[in-house]
Amino acid sequence: MGQAIAHAFAAAGHPIQLAARGAAGLDTVQTDLALRHGVDVTLHEFDVLDSNGFGGFVDGLPALPGVAVSVVGYMGEQAENEQDQAQAALMMRTNFEGPAGILALLANRFEARGSGTLVGVSSVAGDRGRATNYVYGSAKAGFTAFLSGLRNRLAKKGVHVVTVLPGFVNTAMTEGLDLPEKLTAEPSEVGAAVVKAVQKGRNVIYVRRIWWLVMAIIRNIPEPVFKKLKL
Amino acid sequence: MKLSGWGRFPVVETQLCAPRDVAALQALVTGDEPVIARGNGRSYGDSAVGAHTTLDMRHFDHMLSFDAETGVLVAEAGVLLGDVIDAFLPRGWFPMVTPGTKFVTLGGAIAADVHGKNHHVDGSFGTCVEWIDLMGPDGQISRISREDDPDLFRHTLGGMGLTGVIVRTAIRLRPVETAWINQTTLPAPDLGAAMDLFEQHAHVPYSVAWIDCMSRGAHLGRSLVMLGDHAARADLDAKKARTPLDAGHKGAHTVPLDFPGFALNRWTVRAFNELYYRVGAWKPTKALVDWDTYFYPLDAVLKWNRIYGRRGFAQFQCVLPLDTARTGLTELLEAITEAGAGSFLAVLKRFGPQDSAFSFPMEGYTLALDFPMKPHTLDLLDQLDAVAVSHGGRFYLAKDSRMGAETLRESDSRAAEFEALREARGLKEHFASAQSERLSL
Repeated sequence: MGQAIAHAFAAAGHPIQLAARGAAGLDTVQTDLALRHGVDVTLHEFDVLDSNGFGGFVDGLPALPGVAVSVVGYMGEQAENEQDQAQAALMMRTNFEGPAGILALLANRFEARGSGTLVGVSSVAGDRGRATNYVYGSAKAGFTAFLSGLRNRLAKKGVHVVTVLPGFVNTAMTEGLDLPEKLTAEPSEVGAAVVKAVQKGRNVIYVRRIWWLVMAIIRNIPEPVFKKLKL
Repeated sequence: MKLSGWGRFPVVETQLCAPRDVAALQALVTGDEPVIARGNGRSYGDSAVGAHTTLDMRHFDHMLSFDAETGVLVAEAGVLLGDVIDAFLPRGWFPMVTPGTKFVTLGGAIAADVHGKNHHVDGSFGTCVEWIDLMGPDGQISRISREDDPDLFRHTLGGMGLTGVIVRTAIRLRPVETAWINQTTLPAPDLGAAMDLFEQHAHVPYSVAWIDCMSRGAHLGRSLVMLGDHAARADLDAKKARTPLDAGHKGAHTVPLDFPGFALNRWTVRAFNELYYRVGAWKPTKALVDWDTYFYPLDAVLKWNRIYGRRGFAQFQCVLPLDTARTGLTELLEAITEAGAGSFLAVLKRFGPQDSAFSFPMEGYTLALDFPMKPHTLDLLDQLDAVAVSHGGRFYLAKDSRMGAETLRESDSRAAEFEALREARGLKEHFASAQSERLSL
C-alpha cells in the first residue's frame, strides 16, 4: 500500500523518500519509481519500534518532506493477540505507539516550518472494537484519535492532518482472506485517494465510500445488540 | 477457484497463486503440480489458465532500467504495455509492436508473440525482444536470447508460457516525435477491394481493416481499411505542437454489468454503417488521431467482455497464406454470413513475412472475429477451422478456447517439434495450461 501511495505522489511529480526496515531491499522499487515518473527517490532505514532512532532518522533525511505518510500496519492473529500478552503489546506498539511517535516528531518540525501535511493510514477496525480483531482495532482506534487531536492542534498552524481509513485492501496482509469484492480496494485506489485527499485538504477519508455507510451502521448498533453479534 | 480468459469461456477450476518475489515463484515452479504463468488475463481462451496451478505474475511489475540512447527497457514480466507508454511516451518512445489492447503484460506479449497493425513492416512483438530471463523447471533463471540458447528463445516467443516462466525481459522501444497518428480511412466495397488496398499500401507502417460481416453477395467483405503512421512534429497544429508527446488524457468507461445476450448486434452494426457511409461520402478521410484512440479503441470501455453476457464469447483468428487467402477468406465469410449467428464486425490484416518457431503470424491475411457463446457457436467454429485448414491456414493460440488437438496438428506442422522440445527439456511436467492439455502440447 505504501508503494502504491508513493507511485501516486511520484506520478504527480513529487520526489519520494521511502523509509522502511531493510530499506536497502527496496532498490527495485526505488528504480521503478524513478524510471516511471522521472523523480528523485531515496531510501532510508527506519524501524517504527525503535523510537530512540526517530530523531536521527528525521535529521538524516535529505530534506524535511512536504508530505509525510505513515503506512505502518501489522495485523497478526487475533487468537494469538488474545492469549499472548507480549504479542498484543507488539501489535499495539506497531500500530499505535510507533506511528504516533514518528508523526508527533514530524508534526513539531512541520509546525516550526509552518507548513506540511501528515497522513496517517489507520483502519476502519478502529471505528468499533469487534471480537474478531479488537486488539488490532484498539491500536488503530488510538491512532485515529491521535490523528484527530493532532489535526485539531495544528489546524491554525498551517499543518494539515489526513486520516485514511482504507477498508479492505488487496495486499500481502490480506492475502488468502476471502474478502468481498465490492468492499476491497486495490492498492492503487488507496494511492489515488490519498493524493486527492492531500490536494483537497480532506480530513478523514474512507477509500471506498461504501465503507462510510458500513461503518456508520456498525457504529450505531446499540451495545446490548452489538455484543451478541458475530462480526 | 474458477478462472477464465478474457472471453470468459471456458471457466476452469484452478489454484491461483500470486507470488511476490523470486523465491516464492521458485517454490511454486519446482512444486509437484504443473504451473502456467498468467499476466493480465487478456488472452481470450484458456492459455493462461492452469489445469492445476495458475501463477498470477502481476506482482512482478517493476521497471528495472532504461537506456535513453538505444531505447532498451528492462522490466519485469508483469509490467503492462500501458505502463510503458505512460512512462516513456512523454520522453519520446513508443512500443515497437502493440496489440489492440494496452492492458497486456510484457510476459504475455512475449508468450503469445502478439502482433499489431504494423506486422507487415515490423513483424511480431518478438522483433523488439532483446533477451528474456526465463525460469526453468528447476527454478533457475537463465537469460536467453538470439545468441544464448537461441532454440529455447525462439520457442519462448509464441510459446504460450509453456517453455518456462518469463520473469524479466529487455525490449527495444521506438522513438517517436509525437503522441499522434496520421490516419487515413479508405472504404472498400468488397473483400477483393480491401485486399487490393492492403497491397497498394504495403509501405504504410500501420494498416488494418474492419469487415462488415452482415453484408453478403456482391458486398461480401465490405470493409473500411484504416492506414496510419506516427505523426511528425510538423504535422501538428500550433496548439498540439506545444506538447507534442502529450495527447491529453482520455477517460474510460466501465461496462457495469453483464449484458443480456441480444444487446450487442445493433450497436456495432450501426456504428459500422454510420462510419462506412460517412467515409464513403468523403473518401478517403484523413484525420489526426491520438495514440490511445488509434491503437486501443476498445480499451476505452473497461471490461467490454461483459457485453457478451455471462456465457462469454469465443474469438476466432486464423491466418491464410497469400496464395489461398482470397478464396479462403471468401469461404470463411460466406460460412459466417450464412450462419447469421456470428460476429458483426471482423478484423482483417495483411501479415508480412515471419520466421518463427511457434508464433502465430505468417505471410498472408489474418481474420479475427468474436462469436457470442451460443448453442451452435462451437459447431460453426469447427466449420471455420476446417475451411482454414483446407486453405493451409493456422490459428492464434492466444484467441483459441476450443480447438481440438488434431486440428492444431493438421494446421501447424511445428506443433510436433514444439512438443518434442518440451519433452526433451523436461518442461512438460512443470508447465501446463488448460489449453496445452486440451491441445496435448
